[in-house]
Amino acid sequence: MTPLLEARELVRRYSMRRGMLGRPVEVRAVNGVTLRLEAGRTLGLVGESGCGKSTTGRMVLGLEAPDEGDVQFEGAPMPPPGSLPWRRQRARMQMVYQDPLGALDRRLPIGVQVAEPLQIHGLPADATRVHALLRQVGLRPDQAERYPHELSGGQRQRAVLARALATDPVLLVCDEPISALDVSIQAQVMNLLVELQQQRGIALLFISHDLRAVRQMSHRVAVMYLGRIVEEGEPDAVLHDPAHPYAQALVSAIPDPTRRGNRIVLQGDPPNPAARPSGCAFHPRCPLAVSLCARQAPALKPRPGDGRLVACHVAQGEAAPMRKAA
Amino acid sequence: MAGAALVEIRDLAVAFDRTPALRGVSLSIGKGESLGLVGESGCGKSVTWLAALGLLPGKARVTGSVRLAGQEILHAPPATLDRVRGGRVAMIFQDPASSLNPVHRIGRQVTEALQLHRGLSGAAAREEARRLLDQVGMPDARRRLDAYPHELSGGQNQRVMIAIALAGQPELLVADEPTTALDVTIQAQILTLLAEIRRDTGMALVLISHDLGVIAETCERVCVMYAGRIVEETRTERLFAAPSHPYAQGLMAALPPIHGPRRPLAAIPGSVPEPWAMPPGCAFAPRCPRHVAACDAAPPPLVAVTPGHCAACIRPGAVSARAPLSPELLPA
Repeated sequence: MTPLLEARELVRRYSMRRGMLGRPVEVRAVNGVTLRLEAGRTLGLVGESGCGKSTTGRMVLGLEAPDEGDVQFEGAPMPPPGSLPWRRQRARMQMVYQDPLGALDRRLPIGVQVAEPLQIHGLPADATRVHALLRQVGLRPDQAERYPHELSGGQRQRAVLARALATDPVLLVCDEPISALDVSIQAQVMNLLVELQQQRGIALLFISHDLRAVRQMSHRVAVMYLGRIVEEGEPDAVLHDPAHPYAQALVSAIPDPTRRGNRIVLQGDPPNPAARPSGCAFHPRCPLAVSLCARQAPALKPRPGDGRLVACHVAQGEAAPMRKAA
Repeated sequence: MAGAALVEIRDLAVAFDRTPALRGVSLSIGKGESLGLVGESGCGKSVTWLAALGLLPGKARVTGSVRLAGQEILHAPPATLDRVRGGRVAMIFQDPASSLNPVHRIGRQVTEALQLHRGLSGAAAREEARRLLDQVGMPDARRRLDAYPHELSGGQNQRVMIAIALAGQPELLVADEPTTALDVTIQAQILTLLAEIRRDTGMALVLISHDLGVIAETCERVCVMYAGRIVEETRTERLFAAPSHPYAQGLMAALPPIHGPRRPLAAIPGSVPEPWAMPPGCAFAPRCPRHVAACDAAPPPLVAVTPGHCAACIRPGAVSARAPLSPELLPA
């Protein structure tokens, strides 16, 4: 079966200057990401700031062109940006951002904003259609007259969702859709996303730094570190028995009232994509790193035994772990 | 416990332009204790401490009492407050980059605090600043004294903020969402650091957070706040084992579990009431699954349900935290 979305070896480079007179430095935000997403399923993309998860999301939507690699949507390559087929395809895939207030136009009532994508794509944009969309995300039709500042954070994110659903997309890329919301509202929005997926068979690329939310939402989880996927698998497999040392540290960093102590605290700071370490990008912070890790970047491949996708020499059994003295 | 309290807050209320933000908060912190304040945005957890330390703008109307080791500090003269703030009570905030001065070197910002609160200057201050940066786990502390905030990462800047807070050898550190702007692995580092500092210095800690998990790992006692009031107060293990207030139960049930089957989350329906449209009775009543007519009569007082465990609810219950509160997924 052809997956809905398939991205192969995506690479995205930016050029950055240090200081006013500095030489431009190449920053690899995404460095060889391969992922596939089936129709009606959710892939959770998890990692820390700067790991390239948002850039990956923008590339699969065609909002940004990859420097290398390609994206296939429904078995066909992405049409060139700006062309008519590209615009037609954009109606089938939508983005939901973190900050609903920033994503909405604060001078327009939300009903007008929900109708806008319908008009752009030449679909009937009457009040009945707008009200149906609002109802679908748990808003009242009379709230179509409200301006974004008159709504609460959760209601605004619902309005953003209604607008994204207007063109009946088959793929939603949700970039930290709940991070700006309060805990009780996060649960409402996650439930809503799952419900919409079940009703309409939408595929979700759910980008988040929150492992709890990713487990709740996803059928598969990919953990990213410095522009690469380092581990991928079923949510419970990755969360309960992470194979990659970085995934292990991430999981152990989840605040959990039932666990005290024995947490893996990683040394050092999140890495700088402009100064990528040699070999495995994680090796300077890795408690298990061996000399091979500094020389050679591990490939993401099935682990012998259970077939978990992991990019780590040690987890693959290619190198013996060596615990550094703390 | 009243005699041994380091900070004793009584009936603290704050209003901005006659709109109440804090509606009567009483709490106390013992010497060396760690207290968590948890709640959603706008519940008053930060305002409590900004008001207590006189850090709110002039238009805020603050009433009540705040005693530090028996001495009233609310509306105290500036000279008194200057000795308290940064000295006996230090505060760190969510975004370290905006709390630090971008045009001054780290070393100067740490030594400034040392000069103000400990009278150190010159080489002695610089040496002490280096020691503090070492204490907060800053790698290569001596060279970092000459760095500017933009040259450091978010986690390192938060370490600098903690070093500045420690410069006055405070008896109490108020940390307002200290890890919210940081990545999870860095959050783990900072929480571990705060626990180590408490162990080494015997300092009391107030941790303000929206994240129950962060509070659970760091604090001995916890206050859950909702709409400007404390709705539940107890030992942290007790809150997680047997939350009593329906809001505390709802907060826990809304958190996606790490283990066990995945099912729709028991979301709390609706949203927090606006401060200018507070319900007449319990502020949580419109969202509450246990709501009865009596809830709308008057705001319920915080009373003990068992010794050491208080809840502001006329129908407190020991419902298990994981029991779904409402079969509905979506609010009307």
